[in-house]
Amino acid sequence: MGLDRRKFLKGTAAIGAATAAGFPQIWIKNSGLAYAAGEIKVGVLYSLTGTTAIIETSLNQATLMAIDEINAAGGINGAKVVPVVEDPASDPATFAQKARKLVVGDRCVSVFGSYTSASRKAVLPVFEKYNNLYWYPTLYEGRECSKNVIYTGAVPNQQQKDFVPWLVKNFGKKFYLIGSNYIYPKEENNVCKILLKELGGEVVGEEYVPLGHSEFSSVISKFKETRPDVIFSTVVGDSVVALHRQYKAAGLDPKKMPMASLTTSEEEIAAMGGEFAAGHFTSAPYFMSYDSPENHKFVEAFQKRWGKGKTTNFVSEPAYFQVHLFKQAVEKLGKKDLTPPAIREAAWGQEYKAPEGLVKIDPDNSHTYLWPKIGEAQTNGQFKIIEQSKEWVKPLPYWAYPGQVCTPEGLQQKKA
Amino acid sequence: MSSIIPQISVGLSIASILLLIALGLAIIYGTMGVINLAHGEFVMLGAYAVWFLQTFLGIGLIAGLVLVFLLVGFVGWLVELTLIRRLYDRPLDTILATWGVGVILQQAVRLGAGAELRYVKMPDFLVNPVHVMGYEESAYRIFIFVLAVALLLATYFLIFRTEFGLRLRAVTQNRDIARCFGINAARIYSLTFAYGAGLAGVAGALVSPLKSVSPDMGTNYVVDAFMVVVVGGVQSLLGTVASSYLIGQANGVLAFLSNDTMAKAVVFLGMVVLIRLFPQGLFAMRLRRS
Repeated sequence: MGLDRRKFLKGTAAIGAATAAGFPQIWIKNSGLAYAAGEIKVGVLYSLTGTTAIIETSLNQATLMAIDEINAAGGINGAKVVPVVEDPASDPATFAQKARKLVVGDRCVSVFGSYTSASRKAVLPVFEKYNNLYWYPTLYEGRECSKNVIYTGAVPNQQQKDFVPWLVKNFGKKFYLIGSNYIYPKEENNVCKILLKELGGEVVGEEYVPLGHSEFSSVISKFKETRPDVIFSTVVGDSVVALHRQYKAAGLDPKKMPMASLTTSEEEIAAMGGEFAAGHFTSAPYFMSYDSPENHKFVEAFQKRWGKGKTTNFVSEPAYFQVHLFKQAVEKLGKKDLTPPAIREAAWGQEYKAPEGLVKIDPDNSHTYLWPKIGEAQTNGQFKIIEQSKEWVKPLPYWAYPGQVCTPEGLQQKKA
Repeated sequence: MSSIIPQISVGLSIASILLLIALGLAIIYGTMGVINLAHGEFVMLGAYAVWFLQTFLGIGLIAGLVLVFLLVGFVGWLVELTLIRRLYDRPLDTILATWGVGVILQQAVRLGAGAELRYVKMPDFLVNPVHVMGYEESAYRIFIFVLAVALLLATYFLIFRTEFGLRLRAVTQNRDIARCFGINAARIYSLTFAYGAGLAGVAGALVSPLKSVSPDMGTNYVVDAFMVVVVGGVQSLLGTVASSYLIGQANGVLAFLSNDTMAKAVVFLGMVVLIRLFPQGLFAMRLRRS
């Protein structure tokens, strides 16, 4: 043995010292490193297993497709985008753990991820601690203003500001609010109630059912009792399917008492059958049936890549376009420091021709300007778009809380 | 006042679904003493069976019911043959084993059929509501109610009016003595288990067009089923009927007065109190005297 214990110890100590000296430099100056091997690492954090796997798989697929498109067109500034895919298994604790791995272990400069608010809240501390950047594609309840998140989904003012007045005008002022029992429906209903008050509307019932609830006969007999003009629904998941089926079986008529939803997408309609969804309304910035060259291209590419019968929806579309916005931000930075805070600043004001229309990241609050639309569900499982916003709508995550405003520096209290 | 009749019908509708779900368990738990935690998965299998028949073979819901009964019954029979049979003297282990069977079935369906929600078509003539005594009622819910009663009667007939039932009751009372009289207890047990599983399958098939079909749908149903059977008294068919009616109505009324979240909590609380006062269930004592 040529290598004795003393030499070995010396050797490892030297390596250790070298790493210790070299490491902080790499760490502080994230520059160079990202391009070192001609590649830019990004994290992809959507559940592929567990309760929300179905919808999150479509987000994962939309993200990977966008990354492929970017790489096929030569990457960003000559560097290839390398996705690091992790499966957080629909569990918030696992989300946090995987996020830490992507940020610290893989040194990703951004992570695309999350469907539920619970999982986003779980990863926030990780991104804030390491000052990294999270891109969140889902419509959500607003009331959040993190420096380390770019929000590309709709917030309540974008989904409801046109929708509620339209419903009042076309159907009437009596609303019944029904939702699943967690934060998202409650915040959305707060916004709805404010809008209704302005319009002189009336809430004849407000009710929250447990997640996964499937027996709606009591709820339906309350519909019959209170006779609302509109049933405003923020029920989520498989409860949506049960509610629509039992609504029709009980003889209620969408022409007289339509359900107006913020959460029913093409995916839920496929599971309940088009005849049960027909005549009900959803407000969202994107529908699969939207007629634009960008959307035709998106749907076609998605089905070609992931299977013929696949549907795109109002969550997978932002998951797709946000990757392109990321690309533009990095492009703008050129070969300069590629750090998450720099990407964030470069992302502000970026515009992209998304399938739903031209979108822009709002420099005021890191949310996104979107194009709200109202769709009527058809028996074939698609939506017919009947109303469309004439201009993009500015995101206002604190719309329902007049004293508070989201700024690039974080949440500020406005002085009245 | 006008809401009383619709309210009763809501309660009846919830009760008939509960009865449907619990009937299979009442047989398996009540007569064999097997705490079958895979019951919810048998319900789920029934829903998937009808989805499969409809989507790939074009067999409608009603036409497929017998097939679903046989298919899920066969799965139950296999489970009894390979597993439950070896554990009759170890009730605690049965709980764990059937739970394991449930997990296996759930994951098998997830792998085989995918995790997405599945669509089961409602028979066309039952989609639209009918008028009963001046009220609009869901035709499909009435259909479920009628079938629940029919299955109850069939089960009653099987247990109390056939020779198989006589043997079953003999084995239930005392397996060893029954065997001394030449009754093949093992065969009786496996047929009973298969019958209970088949009933669960039919229940799953029937609720599938009204609710949703997913691999983990059984979890909720198994809780409902146990709730009904335990409250009603383990060895009593009458108890199962009474307790599903009671729970259904309580649920309906409470949900109408407050909301579904509250109703669930109050019903569970009521059950805890009830089981504390009547550990044998509502109907067990009375049945013993007769």
